[in-house]
Amino acid sequence: MSDPILSVRDLERRYASFIGCTKVSFDVWPGEVVAIVGESGSGKTTLLNCISGRLERSSGSIRYRMRDNRFPDLAELSEAERRFLMRTDWGFVHQSPAEGLRMRVSAGANVGERLMAVGERHYGRIRETASEWLQRVEISPDRIDDQPVAFSGGMRQRLQIARNLVTHPRLIFMDEPTGGLDVSVQAKVLDLLRGLVTDMSLAVVIVTHDLAVARLLSQRIIVMKNGRIVETGLTDRVLDDPRHAYTQLLVASIPES
Amino acid sequence: MTLPAYNFAYLDEQTKRMIRRAILKAIAIPGYQVPFASREMPMPYGWGTGGVQVTASILGPDDVLKVIDQGADDTTNAVSIRAFFAKTAGVATTTRTAGATVIQTRHRIPETPLKAGQILVYQVPIPEPLRFLEPRETETRVMHGLEEYGLIQVKLYEDIARHGHIATTYAYPVKIEGRYVMDPSPIPKFDNPKMRNSPALQLFGAGREKRIYALPPFTEVVSLDFEDHPFSVQRFSQPCALCNATGVYLDEVVTDDRGGRMFVCSDTDHCETRQADGHRGPGLPQTQQEDAA
Repeated sequence: MSDPILSVRDLERRYASFIGCTKVSFDVWPGEVVAIVGESGSGKTTLLNCISGRLERSSGSIRYRMRDNRFPDLAELSEAERRFLMRTDWGFVHQSPAEGLRMRVSAGANVGERLMAVGERHYGRIRETASEWLQRVEISPDRIDDQPVAFSGGMRQRLQIARNLVTHPRLIFMDEPTGGLDVSVQAKVLDLLRGLVTDMSLAVVIVTHDLAVARLLSQRIIVMKNGRIVETGLTDRVLDDPRHAYTQLLVASIPES
Repeated sequence: MTLPAYNFAYLDEQTKRMIRRAILKAIAIPGYQVPFASREMPMPYGWGTGGVQVTASILGPDDVLKVIDQGADDTTNAVSIRAFFAKTAGVATTTRTAGATVIQTRHRIPETPLKAGQILVYQVPIPEPLRFLEPRETETRVMHGLEEYGLIQVKLYEDIARHGHIATTYAYPVKIEGRYVMDPSPIPKFDNPKMRNSPALQLFGAGREKRIYALPPFTEVVSLDFEDHPFSVQRFSQPCALCNATGVYLDEVVTDDRGGRMFVCSDTDHCETRQADGHRGPGLPQTQQEDAA
């Protein structure tokens, strides 16, 4: 467990002359949840998209520990390998479930798609697995044949989580997973996520502007401003004893409850 | 008054060369959709502009052309395309499957087994089997390139989830030589097994979508399915009402407004040949049988 699963070094992404993120270096260890926080426009999402291979980087390196313990830079992998990684070993939970789900395909098929993509060709087994996963994310298996368009926001988000976890990935990227949900539903989704992350000892990189989400889920925090990391450390330490002026401002801006 | 002078088979020679190059490439990579510069044809899209361009490019003066539409030689589409080539190429036409060298088809493969040397040209409305699952063409091309065919299985899954069995009955996706997934055009899945290892050359032309693909003779064609829901073809409980044939694809014909109906061969040539050979179905009027007797 002493080797990082993901290692980012001097990552930079420019949009023409404008900086998306720069000089970003950090490691993620297996089973660890890392939160990237910062205000809108601080480069969080750019960073997440770069390391998850959805956006091309301008320079720097991103290495990932494969299941066979190789540690290649993602740029060394062929497109086929990268895409295979994305639908087996990785997951990506979008802020808007419509981006991560097939809205006009039944819940069961949404969960089963990754299984079929890796070659499962037995309808009964796919359905059984899909039904188990729906139960794990607290969706009634009766709704296995309903389309996500008929689901509430919270259910869609939970379905998206199930769809990502069905192949037992090792690394999950999340972009504001509780973004559009109301507070009680948010709490439920977070609770579920926390349980699953611990059960499956997932490594997670989660982007959020909500420090409460970061405190609840993550062990470590990375604070970003203007595309740069300004502070990083254990979540409790950073939130209770912020050192950088910007982090102090962020923490101070949470209304007292 | 002089009639406009067309080049042989309507298309100019440069266009035919371009289409033949696409056809050769398609034959070299079975099941792969080759883009080509589809021309405007003197008929609307959806009436077989792709098939007509392929036929025009492969037709020679000695060819004998047969055109079928839903198995019939006498429907509007079939009659006008046959007349089109009789006029612009002056080739011989026929309705007999066995006597034709080039057969252009829409929605059927003839019942009479095809022979080596024959070419079957399909009219294709939508060549991309992944289209209704993934709308981005850039993405479907990558998926074909990387052999990512999980999505097509999702479609079949949805069928079983909704109907209890694979309810896709036409344009049933097939895998070619273990590589490309292909849309066989809207033929009934009943005809899918006929594509496999056929001694004839099969060409597919999509005019609006500007794609050509092909199955060379003796190509492996497998219809996709699930292990616990294997591929199967439609079965009919009765024989053809006119020629008493079994094991052929039947059309339902409504005969009156009181629920009367009969099932007859969709392949008119097959049906007529059998009737000429003396086969008589239960649907033929009694008087005719008396006449014959």
